[in-house]
Amino acid sequence: MLVAKASLYEHPLRVIYHFLKVDTALFMALVILCMSGLVVLYSASGGDIDAIQKQLARLAIGFAGLLLFAQIPADQLRSWSLWLYVIGVALLVLVLVSGESGKGAQRWLNLGFVRFQPSELMKIWLPMMMAWYYSERVLPPSLKDIFVGFVILLVPTALIIKQPDLGTSILVAGAGLFVIFLAGIRYRVIAVFVGLLLATAPVLWFYLRDYQRGRILTLLDPERAPLGAGYHIIQSKIAIGSGGVYGRGWLNGTQSQLDFIPERSTDFIFSVFSEEFGFIGTSLLTMVYLFIVVRGLVISARAQTCYARLLGGAISLSFFSYVFVNIGMVSGMLPVVGVPLPLISYGGTSMVTLLIMFGVLMSINSHRKLLGH
Amino acid sequence: MARRITLKNLRLETLLYRERAVLSAVLVAGTFILLLARLYDLQIANHSHYQTLSDDNRVRVFPVVPTRGLILDRNGETLADNTPNYQLVITPSQVKDMSALIESLAGFIDIKEHELERFKKAVKRQQSFQQTSLKLNLSDEEVAQFAVKQHRYPGVGIAAHSTRHYPQKNSFAHVLGYVGRINEKELANLDKQNYQGTSYVGKLGIEKRYEKDLHGEVGYQHVEINAQGRPLLVVKTQPSKPGMDIQLSLITRLQEVAQEALGEENGAIVAIDPNNGDVLAFVSQPNYDPNLFVNGIGQKAYSELRDSKHRPLFNRALIGQYPPGSTIKPVVALAGLHYGVTWAEKTMYAGPYFQLSGKDRRYRDWKKGGHGVVNMNSAIAQSCDVYFYQLGDELGIDRMHEFLTQFSLGNLTNLDTVGEAKGLLPSPEWKRSARGQPWYPGETIITSIGQGYMLTTPLQLAVMTAYIANHGAMYQPRFVRATRPADEVKFKDEQPRPMPKVKVDDEGYWQVIEQAMVNVVHAPNGTARGIDSDATYKIAGKTGTAQVFGIAQDEEYDKETTPKHLQDHALFIAYAPVENPMIALAVVVENGGSGSGTAAPVARKVLDAYLLGENKLQGKQVVSR
Repeated sequence: MLVAKASLYEHPLRVIYHFLKVDTALFMALVILCMSGLVVLYSASGGDIDAIQKQLARLAIGFAGLLLFAQIPADQLRSWSLWLYVIGVALLVLVLVSGESGKGAQRWLNLGFVRFQPSELMKIWLPMMMAWYYSERVLPPSLKDIFVGFVILLVPTALIIKQPDLGTSILVAGAGLFVIFLAGIRYRVIAVFVGLLLATAPVLWFYLRDYQRGRILTLLDPERAPLGAGYHIIQSKIAIGSGGVYGRGWLNGTQSQLDFIPERSTDFIFSVFSEEFGFIGTSLLTMVYLFIVVRGLVISARAQTCYARLLGGAISLSFFSYVFVNIGMVSGMLPVVGVPLPLISYGGTSMVTLLIMFGVLMSINSHRKLLGH
Repeated sequence: MARRITLKNLRLETLLYRERAVLSAVLVAGTFILLLARLYDLQIANHSHYQTLSDDNRVRVFPVVPTRGLILDRNGETLADNTPNYQLVITPSQVKDMSALIESLAGFIDIKEHELERFKKAVKRQQSFQQTSLKLNLSDEEVAQFAVKQHRYPGVGIAAHSTRHYPQKNSFAHVLGYVGRINEKELANLDKQNYQGTSYVGKLGIEKRYEKDLHGEVGYQHVEINAQGRPLLVVKTQPSKPGMDIQLSLITRLQEVAQEALGEENGAIVAIDPNNGDVLAFVSQPNYDPNLFVNGIGQKAYSELRDSKHRPLFNRALIGQYPPGSTIKPVVALAGLHYGVTWAEKTMYAGPYFQLSGKDRRYRDWKKGGHGVVNMNSAIAQSCDVYFYQLGDELGIDRMHEFLTQFSLGNLTNLDTVGEAKGLLPSPEWKRSARGQPWYPGETIITSIGQGYMLTTPLQLAVMTAYIANHGAMYQPRFVRATRPADEVKFKDEQPRPMPKVKVDDEGYWQVIEQAMVNVVHAPNGTARGIDSDATYKIAGKTGTAQVFGIAQDEEYDKETTPKHLQDHALFIAYAPVENPMIALAVVVENGGSGSGTAAPVARKVLDAYLLGENKLQGKQVVSR
């Protein structure tokens, strides 16, 4: 039985939202975000109508996915979690064996009718799997459960690193870590892990590829690579900084329009936005992102099953991590890892998976049962 | 909190989650404040700084590709250099309608399908203001045609590039390898910054092994542009640093002599200077023209090379694995002396075959009636199989394996190239793990004459021969003997690197097998006496014949009736002059029949050319016999 909140006296739009099982506030924020994305994209792509149309088509697919997943009760998803995870890992193996390359990495899988990156699917399938695992255990998790969680997390992460796609692997691993955190891993265990990580950092350094090391070194000293990643960071910072308070106006950013910003429609689209809309624009955009994350956390905290809570929380925090990694990267706080700005950057699979994730969140919100404490 | 319970406590878990969610929200908000602070710092606090930078941002940075290092032979003859060629380049950001442009260009420039394909891929990969080449190697006519029409094609230009060129063509294909266009996989492992603008990377051989040294370091050109993004003038240039020049130890003339000596036969020759490990000649025949691969070999030409039954792409000297046959006998004899299983003067009667006690199987000698009474010297000189069957039986496989390993058989010689094969030095452990079967005594018997599982590369055989020439010492074989960094005039010699010594109980044992190997060539009944005539220096050698297919116990191998591709491989190893060895070599002639008949004369020609011929090949007068 559903929460009978809507009544005939309410605003007709609310009734529709309720019928669609979406959360009004969250839904509106997403729409605002996507619309501003199209506006920036128009500028970043140099007025490419074709790109806008393609992006619109993806948005349509994405929102359809959102509405579809909003109708599926979380309990249903729960029962699929294990299998989706297994399929996801199998797809990742398949990518390594017979995937298609792009930009020097093997990330794409071509199924004949559709071409996609299985690593993107893992962004949602991994937290589903982990939420399922911990929902079956007594929480806070024992050391053994934490260990198993790490195994579940590391398998897909390692496969994605192998492609190689450091950016996505970090985000996927992050999604898993968020589940472990939300499941209630004790603080002293976290402290031990952080300590271990710091201690093994030099070893990890050894395993990074040359260009990955280069990106980290470049962050520390952008001048060291005036043409490579350093160039990207320098140009991006100039774009953001020259935006000032009010920005240079839509379509008027010289950094953007004269091609100084690399990958300006995808990874560096935030720089274009900043240059043209200034600090007012960037702070508003950041607020919208913050609102979405917090709203997601609230929805998750209200959920009644352990699975729904963990999954909802992990989705919200993952979304946050995408935003943080991207803005941190283009503003020169984090290394360049090739992560798009969620719901704004030009690109297919990530847009659709993100909206589907929000569909899941909506479902968690609307499928609460009337159950007293 | 209560003690750990086994049942899920729903209420507690809800509270636990809420606590975590609130903490998360606080951390998230904190992070966003951090981001905002960063944006404030960039956009408000430092706005004027970045505004100035942006206004001054009229300078774009382009890569300057470094010149690839040269590869020379020992006498300074060029083996790989760079020749200029003209390419049609396009700057995608300056082109409105790419497909219309290409169609129009195709009117007077021959643009192939695969070139177009590659261009499209490159465009996707690069920043749109970077030039991308559409067609390499424009003909003079095409250059002229374009020059006239250039004004109609904004964003299109002609750029002079340099292309790798191998003036010696086929001769050094299996040494140098070649460079080719960088593919996606290679791109992932290259330093993207240093390879900005570089189109080629070493794919094989020296070119691959020394890629880092040969490539050099990228330079930058800072070009001022106008408000529409058109280049105006070069503001600043940071020149690139050319790659290192490399001098090989090979001698072009000797390489040619070796190739000619091999004639039309398939096979390999590896000659090494035992005094420092310098590879003097490195031939694998047939071969191919590496120039074909530089700008992408066409599918048809490639499949012709790949599918040829003579396998020209196969580097026989480096990865061709052949049973060493009787060339292994001197080393087996040495093992016998070292382990005290036999002594030089010990004689035995060698009949037509050998039998393990209590077994029926007959291990036949190549000589129908047997060799009669032999000792170690005559057994090596005449290549008596029965003597070695007996010796192998007494040594046992473990000791044979242990001793032969010291000659780098079954191991990499670590020649400075890529993809070397290890060969196979069989042992019971190997057979158990690789085949899951026990070792049979009969397999020890045939191993002692270099048959059965044992496989060696011509390179390994040459190294083994050099070990014998030096009486147990050897230097790591090397192609590169000197390098010259871009900013220097003189080549700097690389130090030879000693390999582990072969240890024998008595240094005199080396004399025993050396004398026997001298007799192979110079004694009246030596198997290679055919090459003894009028030699002015003393050669130590050993013939070998490797079976390509097994012959049943009582069948005869008949050269006349056996088809060429099933005939035995002919092998010969030698070094000279014996008193002061200057060259050690191994010759393999595929399906050549017998070592004495086919391989030994080839070796003699190479030895003559190096030790006597023109007397310029290595610059030392040879002591006459």
